[in-house]
This record gives sequence, structure tokens and C-alpha cells, in this order.
Amino acid sequence: MGVAGQREIVASPATPTDVVGLGRLRAVGFVAPALALVGIFLIFPALWTLYIGATNFRLTGASARSPAFVGLANLQRALTDDTFYRSLWLTLVFVLGSAVIGQNGLGFTLAWAMRDVHRWVKRTLEALVLLAWILPSSVVAFLWIAMLDRDGGTVNELLGRTPGVAWLIQYPMAGIVIFNIWRGTAFSMMLYSAALSSVPPSHLETARLVGATGAQTLRDVVFPHIRRYTLSNTLLITLWTFNDFTPFLLTAGGPNHRSEIIAAYIYNTAIVGGDMGYSGAISLLVLLINLLMALVYLRAARVRRRAA
Amino acid sequence: MHRSIAKRRVVERTRLVAALAGLLVATAATAGCLGKDSGNDSGKNANAKEFSLTIAANAISGGKNAAGADWIEKWVIPHFIDDQKAKGKTAKVSFQPSGANDEDYKSKVALDLRSGSGADIYAIDGIWVGEFADAGYIKPLEDIVGADKVTPWEGWGQIPPSVQGNMSYNGKRYGVPAGTDGRVIYFNKKLFGQAGLATDWQPKSWDEILTTAQTLKAKLPGVTPIQLNAGTAMGEATTMQGALPLLVGAGQQIYADGKWQGNTQAVRDVLSVYERIYKGGLGDPVLQQDAKGRDKSFQAFAAGKIAILLEGDYFWRSVVEPTKGVAKMADRNETVGYAKIPAMRPGGGIRNQDFVSMSGGGGNVLNPNSKYPQQAWELLAFMNSKDATIAQLAGNARITQRQDVNNQVLSGDPMLSFVSTQVLPLTAYRPGFAVYPQVSQALQQATLDVVSGKSPADAAATYQKTVEGLVGGAGKVASG
Repeated sequence: MGVAGQREIVASPATPTDVVGLGRLRAVGFVAPALALVGIFLIFPALWTLYIGATNFRLTGASARSPAFVGLANLQRALTDDTFYRSLWLTLVFVLGSAVIGQNGLGFTLAWAMRDVHRWVKRTLEALVLLAWILPSSVVAFLWIAMLDRDGGTVNELLGRTPGVAWLIQYPMAGIVIFNIWRGTAFSMMLYSAALSSVPPSHLETARLVGATGAQTLRDVVFPHIRRYTLSNTLLITLWTFNDFTPFLLTAGGPNHRSEIIAAYIYNTAIVGGDMGYSGAISLLVLLINLLMALVYLRAARVRRRAA
Repeated sequence: MHRSIAKRRVVERTRLVAALAGLLVATAATAGCLGKDSGNDSGKNANAKEFSLTIAANAISGGKNAAGADWIEKWVIPHFIDDQKAKGKTAKVSFQPSGANDEDYKSKVALDLRSGSGADIYAIDGIWVGEFADAGYIKPLEDIVGADKVTPWEGWGQIPPSVQGNMSYNGKRYGVPAGTDGRVIYFNKKLFGQAGLATDWQPKSWDEILTTAQTLKAKLPGVTPIQLNAGTAMGEATTMQGALPLLVGAGQQIYADGKWQGNTQAVRDVLSVYERIYKGGLGDPVLQQDAKGRDKSFQAFAAGKIAILLEGDYFWRSVVEPTKGVAKMADRNETVGYAKIPAMRPGGGIRNQDFVSMSGGGGNVLNPNSKYPQQAWELLAFMNSKDATIAQLAGNARITQRQDVNNQVLSGDPMLSFVSTQVLPLTAYRPGFAVYPQVSQALQQATLDVVSGKSPADAAATYQKTVEGLVGGAGKVASG
């Protein structure tokens, strides 16, 4: 309010918000390109999803030619559909297991363990972790399938098991969780590396002098400094992981829907099952969940700024 | 100060309302764009001196249906180009190969056709014709090309009506069929010999198959006695080479007298076979859940790791084929035995048959959005001419669409004559309704449920519920 008050004083009474004196037309001209992009790539697809979700549109058959408007029927069906909730539950397990606990934990551990090692070792390890992050998904998925396959897969060969274990069929969720930890740890590791450098060395030194154990140092010296980074990191990787489609390349949601996280569920419903209308409704629900998470993130960021 | 803030809020609110109104207009403008239906101009570019056409099929040289891909690339395209050159026209024809599983290929074709682009000629499975036609993705040949061009084609006289039915919908021809097929039981004679079983095996009931599988299990550790297609990963292969041959063996068609099979005794009997195979340790349940399960079952059979496999004649001519197959068996002719699929018990099949089979078959359709519909039809007719059909055989066994060709080659291959003389008279076809593929998926899911541990009764009950939702109520589903 204080800022608004100051602005009020300098701006002319006719256009109280026009700080730089552009005039309404030119101001619109300035933001128009950005708005157009937002409109084309964000708002239009969202509305399109809303529209598809309100029809019985299918990939093939008579309702592909002339879809009928069904109103909220698809949403109603989604909210009473066990397979939708199962998919949400699997997504929750996937996000918690692979992002919130896995990538966060491993990323921090790596960053913490590497802070004092030789530069050469550090660079090599960083390069390897980064490699997992920057390789194209399809390549990575192929490598993992080759590694975990039952017949002649690398892991089974190393264990010397014949017949081998069909890892991705017997443990599909564990498979994609471990895969995603491996794939995404690089980001958390880099973020925590940067965050740890903000911990004043003098504090660490003091802790050492007073005889604090490693755990005590972490709890009382390091965490208070990096708490803000932890929050940002967790929210970001949560959003990414929630919408991640790569696990589909490993298990296709199977076997028997046991690893069908929400992105795979939508794909399977729309493209494999052909039920575009229903998957549109589910996509809309997912969009809302995403917006909710984004709001939490923005709110948390604001609180943090104020606290800082 | 407070007043100005209030004023700004009003301004903001007005803007918000304006923005929302704009969005609503945008939505309204886009509404109704989902469905599409365009007219056809069959005469377009009819006299073009130069034209280009594309053929798409789920076949790829060196991979899936390699023989089919090679035939298109090395025979059809060059010969057609020469043929056109003789007429003073320059044709450019290309082939768009694909080596995906059938369900993925189907999605791709549907999306291609939906977008109004894609190849001019598509090879599709006959069972997709109904849903593609209902969607407006494909059209009757006479609408695309003109009845005056399509009807006089000499080929129709050579293609039996039952085979033409594979590519027809509501009494109209949507494409030219590429032949038909039949399902049999394949078995590995060497493994049978090792287990002390007769190598001229012809089971007469389901029990006999399962007893034989028990013997194989006891005598040959490390060999999977029988693999019966199950699960959703295999798509239609599960239905055609698993559930439906068993269902007709239990005396029921999936659709008859206006009703679909629901939770009936026949469906439960079929699912019980799955239970006996996969819970009884006769088959490998993990393989059925593998995304690449069908390919793996091919490899395992070729490697002598599976003793009994139910497949179509496709398996004989494209999979274990000694030179071009995806899972080559150099000793196919000596090692691979085949037998008719028995009914549940003698006389228990549909029409009180002792033995049963299922048939289908694909064909080629024209893309209604082709820039050169006349030339595309010319190419399609060329692909189905007698010469082209003989060239496609390349010495291999296949029941072609054309009787004149079949009459010539029938006697040449024992497997081909076996299917054509002994299996086709017993066979049954799938119903040509647009909803069939969804019912088929529900049936696949029921087999998957049993393979992954559900009881046949529970799986059948779930299946009934799904089918009721698909076909429009319990009144159209048989149960009990």
C-alpha cells in the first residue's frame, strides 16, 4: 500500500497507474506479444481441453465425426472412477518417492559429500550425474530396458540369473521411481551445491571447534541456511515429476496398470483407448492440480521473500 | 487514496470481465471444430501428367512383415512406375514403412487420417474398417473414385464375397482385401519327440491340450509347455489368437442374435483355460504382461523354449519363415507341426463343430484426402492384380484374396492347403461393428485379470460390467 501511495503522488490523476507515461495504447502494444504467446500456448490449449472434456469425442467411430456435448458427465465419471484415483495414488507415490525423497535426498547427499573432495573427482562425478539428466528420454529409456530386460538384460547377466527377473514387470513402481531418481538428481545436486556455498565457512569452523558432530552441524548450522533452497527445489521437482511422461517409455503404464501414473493414464485413455473426451476431462483435473501446486509455490516464494 | 484504490479495483475487474468474455468467444469459435466432414471431388487431378503417391503399411524391410515391405518397394513401385511411363505419365511412388505393434500403428493411421494428410493408400486391419468409416476417416471406394471406375474392376470377380466382407462396412466396399487367414495350433515336433509324444498331434479337446502340456512340463524342464496369448499389451492378438478361438470352441460367437457375450458360461470356461495354463505353471504369465510379449513368444518358440503356441498362418509365413521371418527357423518344415484347434469337447464348438478357427484379414484403403484419387485407385488395383499377387507370394504360402492365384499356388505348400482346405471351412469372423474393438479390449483385460491372479468368475463379472457400458446396456449383453 505504501508503494501504491507513492505512485499516486507522482502519477497524473487521469491515469493513476501509468508510471512511465506510455499511454494505454502503447502499453498494450508492449505487452501484446507476450499476451499473444500466453494466449496461443497456454490459454487456448487449456480451453480446448475444457471443450474436449465436455464432449464424448473419440479417436475413431461415429463420435469422432460428430462428437456430442455431454456437459459434466466426463468429470463426474472421473471423480467416481477407481482407475483415476488409482492413477493419482501412483502419481503421489512416484512424486514422493522419486522427487521429494529420492532426488532431494540424493542430490543433497552428493552435494554435501563432494564439497571437500578433490576438484578433479568432483568434476567427474558432476559430469556423470549431469549426463543422466541431459540425455534424451528415448535413449535413456532404451538403455534402461536393455539393462532390466528379463532375457539377456545387463542386470540379470551380472547377477548370473537364468531365467532372469523381469524387473519392470515384477517391480514396475520401484523401477520407475529408481529410474527417475537416477534421471533427475542432477538438478537437486547442482542447486544444493550452490546453496551449500552460501553457508559461511566461519560457522562451520566454529561448529567444528566446539566439537559438534556431523549430524549436529547439519541440523544447527547447515539446514537453517539452506532451508529456503530446499523449499524451492522441492516444489520445482514436484511439479516436473508430477507431469513426467518418461516412465511411460519404460513400462507403458503396465503391467496391468500397476505403474500407470497420471501422464501415462491420460495417454493410454486418449490414444490407446481412443476415449478423447474422458481423457480431456482428466487433463482438466490435472491442470487444476498443477495450478494449485503452482499457487502453493508462488505463495511460499512470497512468504520467503518477506521473511528474507 | 482509498478511493483511487477502489477505482483501480473496478478497472481491474472490468478488464478481467473483458478478458473472460474474449476467452468465451474464442471457445465458442473453436467449438464444433472437433467433428469434420468434407465433400469429395473424385475427379480432382484426374488428368495430371505427373503425380506422387505414398503407400503406408505396418511392414518394414528387415523387420515386421519384411516380405510385404520388400514386395511394395521392389515390385509394386518400380512396376507401377513403368506401367505409368508406358501411358506417358510420370509417377512418383514412395513407401512409408512402419514396424510398430498393431495398436500403435492403428493410432498413427487414425491420427494421420484425422489430420487430413498422410499416405494415399493405407494397409489396415479389416476390423478397423467400421470405426474408421464411422469416424469419416475412410470412405467407400465408389465415393472417392467414382462407381464407374471401381465397379468394373476385374478383381472383384476373383475375390470371394466372404473375403470382400473383411473390407466392407454397411454393404459398401471401403478397400481391397489382401487375403484371409486362419488360426491353428503350432507345436514343436522335436520337443514333442523328446517328451515321448506323437509328432502327428491333433488334440480333440481342451483337456487333451492341457494334459499334453502337463506331460511336456514333467518331461522337459526349462521349456514353457504352452503359451496362450493373453493381456492388453498384445492387443487384438490376444483376442484373435486366444480368447475368440476358445470362445467359438465353447460354442459361442462374441456377437450373435443382437447380443454380445457377457458373463456367460462360455466366457467363464474360456477364462478357466487361462487360469489352468497360467496358474498351473503350464504357461509363463510374466511374458503375457511384457510390452514386447508377442515378439518374445515368437523368439522363444523359434528357440525351442515354447512347445505349443496358438497363432495364425502369419506365424508360419512371416515369423518362423526360414529366410525372411522375424524369428527364423531354418528347420521350420521339419520342426514346426500344426493342428486344428479343437472345441472344448468334441461337437462342442459353434455349429456343433469338433474343430474351430477364427479368420480375419486386412486390406488396403484409400485416403479420402488423397490429392490424386484416380491415380491412387489405379495403384490400388495394380497392387491387387493377378501378376502383383503372384509376385507378392514369392514362393511362399499365403491365402491370397484372388481365387485365380489361389488355384495356381494352393497345391504348392502343405501348410497353405491345410489352412485353406481344412481350417477355412470351420472358421468364424468377427462382427463388423465399430464398437467391436472396445469389446475386444474388455475381453483382453479379462484375460489379463486372470493371468495376474483374479478368479475367472470375478474377471467375467468385471468384463460384463465393462461391456454393458460399451454396447448400451444390459439388454444387449448375454449373461448367465
